[in-house]
Amino acid sequence: MGLDWWVSSLFLLSFVMLDIGAVELDQNLQTERISGSAGDVLEDDPVGRLKVFVYELPSKYNKKILQKDPRCLTHMFAAEIFMHRFLLSSPVRTLNPEEADWFYTPVYTTCDLTPNGLPLPFKSPRMMRSAIQLISSNWPYWNRTEGADHFFIVPHDFGACFHYQEEKAIERGILHLLKRATLVQTFGQRNHVCLKDGSIVIPPYAPPQKMQAHLIPPDTPRSIFVYFRGLFYDVGNDPEGGYYARGARASVWENFKDNPLFDISTDHPTTYYEDMQRAVFCLCPLGWAPWSPRLVEGVIFGCIPVIIADDIVLPFADAIPWEDIGVFVDEKDVPNLDRILTSIPPEDILRKQRLLANPSMKQAMLFPQPAQPGDAFHQILNGLARKLPHDKSTYLKPGEKILNWTAGPVADLKPW
Amino acid sequence: MLIHEAIQQISTAQPGPAPPTFPILSITVRGTLLKAPCEPCGQGNLVLGFRFSRLVFFLLFSNPTSSPSSGTTTVLARSHAAVAFSLDPPPPPPVAAMTNHTVGGVVAGGGSRVVVGRHGILIRPWPHPNPDEMMRAHRILERVQREQRAQYGVRNPRSVITVTPTYARTFQALHLTGLIHSLMLVPYDLTWVVVEAGGAVTGETEALLAGSGLRTLHIPFPGGMPVEWAERHRTEARMRLQALRIIREKRLDGIVVFTDDSNMHSMEFFDEIQSVKWVGAVSVGILAHSGNAESAAAQAGQNDAVKENPTMPVQGPACNSSGSLVGWHTFNTLPYAGNTAAYVGDRGTVMPMKLEWAGFVLNSRMLWKDNEEKPDWVHDVDSVIENGEELENPLALLKDASFVEPLGNCGKKVMLWWLRMEARADSKFPSRWMIDPPLEVTVPAKRTPWPDAPPELPAEKMAIINDHEVRRHSKSGRISRSRHSSRGRRKRETRTDTQTIGASQSNAQGK
Repeated sequence: MGLDWWVSSLFLLSFVMLDIGAVELDQNLQTERISGSAGDVLEDDPVGRLKVFVYELPSKYNKKILQKDPRCLTHMFAAEIFMHRFLLSSPVRTLNPEEADWFYTPVYTTCDLTPNGLPLPFKSPRMMRSAIQLISSNWPYWNRTEGADHFFIVPHDFGACFHYQEEKAIERGILHLLKRATLVQTFGQRNHVCLKDGSIVIPPYAPPQKMQAHLIPPDTPRSIFVYFRGLFYDVGNDPEGGYYARGARASVWENFKDNPLFDISTDHPTTYYEDMQRAVFCLCPLGWAPWSPRLVEGVIFGCIPVIIADDIVLPFADAIPWEDIGVFVDEKDVPNLDRILTSIPPEDILRKQRLLANPSMKQAMLFPQPAQPGDAFHQILNGLARKLPHDKSTYLKPGEKILNWTAGPVADLKPW
Repeated sequence: MLIHEAIQQISTAQPGPAPPTFPILSITVRGTLLKAPCEPCGQGNLVLGFRFSRLVFFLLFSNPTSSPSSGTTTVLARSHAAVAFSLDPPPPPPVAAMTNHTVGGVVAGGGSRVVVGRHGILIRPWPHPNPDEMMRAHRILERVQREQRAQYGVRNPRSVITVTPTYARTFQALHLTGLIHSLMLVPYDLTWVVVEAGGAVTGETEALLAGSGLRTLHIPFPGGMPVEWAERHRTEARMRLQALRIIREKRLDGIVVFTDDSNMHSMEFFDEIQSVKWVGAVSVGILAHSGNAESAAAQAGQNDAVKENPTMPVQGPACNSSGSLVGWHTFNTLPYAGNTAAYVGDRGTVMPMKLEWAGFVLNSRMLWKDNEEKPDWVHDVDSVIENGEELENPLALLKDASFVEPLGNCGKKVMLWWLRMEARADSKFPSRWMIDPPLEVTVPAKRTPWPDAPPELPAEKMAIINDHEVRRHSKSGRISRSRHSSRGRRKRETRTDTQTIGASQSNAQGK
């Protein structure tokens, strides 16, 4: 009798343990656990799994730049600054470089802003190069691995290609000196020159307090089917259309401007965040680059993101199963967007909403100050921890040199 | 990303080859990231200087470093375009191509299907909504909203039993139609107990109820509805008691709500009352109104300014800071002391009772006979109901009024409104509002709503209308007279005993 009881209880326990994708009734909320290709890793704690050493660079690389322009703290590239601040006070930081697994170089390459607030990438390659020269001459750790155990945050449009225009970015390619380093960037597109293997894709920075301030009661019925606010034609830079967004946004407008299911316009309403919470689908089409803060906003507000960007790589793709959460539409299928969206079975839509309602999903997209467990900072560290231990090719044999310090456009070699 | 506006600054700021100075370059670029002008608008201030400066930039900087295929072809295409559209950037034309041709594309990387460059804008031949898809989308929305209600709304919704005393009179159709529409929207299981005064179930009420599609219990109540307001309140209370008797006999289960036919309820009211355990109280907005125009004007300020007015027209539970019931707000009737209507149709304002029945909701189980779950602070309802005692309001059913639950954020949210608006007791209206046979007499209105009134109107009215209109009226009057000749003839007749159609307060009086 006792054995029976043990067996049955063990059976029951195993059932509970194995039920990974179970629907959890969390108080009143129905959410679903999120596990991507790397497993159920969203809630992992990186503390104790890696050690990061932060180089002390002269303030002209970070503090002075920020002082010159404090707008860098609020634009969508602010992740580089907040990551630095987070690492300085994080338990994963070590002051002993000998025991560090990863080395971080705090250089704010995206903080050179125009009067309109757009970052200029023209000095960034030189700034990065100068920083690397500094760390390679003052510390032995760069030369030990030629950067293979170093990581850099490059949240610019096309990452470390350091240009906002795609053709120019592709031409330049990733800065040669960063060839072996791990890049943490917002840009992600498969088979693209500017996305290196082993890079960690992160969401763009979106102000968490601002979004929390616009939450509406969750029982407000979702009555908008598809929602989008933004440009369809970039009249200033591409008046004829066809370049901007590879024509996809223009196609959305032309096909669905008369469709009452699609609430799309170029307006700038003050109720933008509230409207997203009243919508079932939020379009996240590419612009000049495939990524946009709309993805983050859609996740926070529970609006299923409809991603229209061929071959895009979304943030933390190994931890978050984006195919289950969002809807991916090929750019050539945009004219059939209404058919695609209305033919999704309602159970799938409800499941996606459950996944989006998972608080760890929302937390993973944010950069809150101060940092909270499960947020984007921790996901970056988890990603770095998953790349450990470094394999043998990381450490160079004595005398071996891989990087060519004179590669790249001549203009980049000028000192900064 | 829109960084291209930066080029303007670059071309002027960067040291290096000085760009040729076009007068157009001096145009300042004002476009910001997202505030660029709307898509079909070609605003000159933004675009002009850009396109030329960018063209210059391309020619200067891209030539030495560009790969042969991409750079030059794009530049050439652009320069061509730039020259062609001289000063007026056109609205971007929809390229209705189903082909995806790229002009001078650059492949993003090895093996990628993404090509950088100019793409066609794909538009399907019939870019209009498909009705099947619309229906599917609406079903999806419905399903999503149902799920939302299930998650955030009320768990275990209980059925609602609404009690309405009514009687056939002029304003009954108005009031009952409003109530029917409100009850039709209630998302819960609803049973409607309608108690009708007058001794028998009338066709009037029956006709209205039949069209509602709600589950109704239509109960006759002996005796007519008195004309005096005080008596009427008492009779209504007795009618409600009768309904409670029926509920008790049939052992109906749910939440008993007293919806008077002239009141207005919001949908949130029905959601809020689901949380009642035994007896709940809500705040009722009191719209004390007099049908008389003069006294209404005098009280208009009081009725409108709910917030500023220190004596708020709200009746309901009063809570202390910790949220427990400490007393009751009642409507202050003193300002209306000399001007209170005594009977239906009287001049003066109709006053509510101290605490209206409408502000209370009960759990029907406390009315059941021999119910052990019934709390002991409830009177033995059996004796009250059996003996037919007079009850002013449901509080008399309770031994201890402190057990009443204040609902609606402790009475702070007003979710229903009390209004008593009636015609004179002797006012007549067409039975079931069907005009059959046609009216014998047409009474000329004081102020005719139709512009083609015959010129037989009294002189004082014509003085108001200016000459132009008179001319117009007489012209059209001629035509109208021929069309509605019989009516015009009738209009000229005056009858002493005229039928008032509608309320006495209205302007449709015979002359």
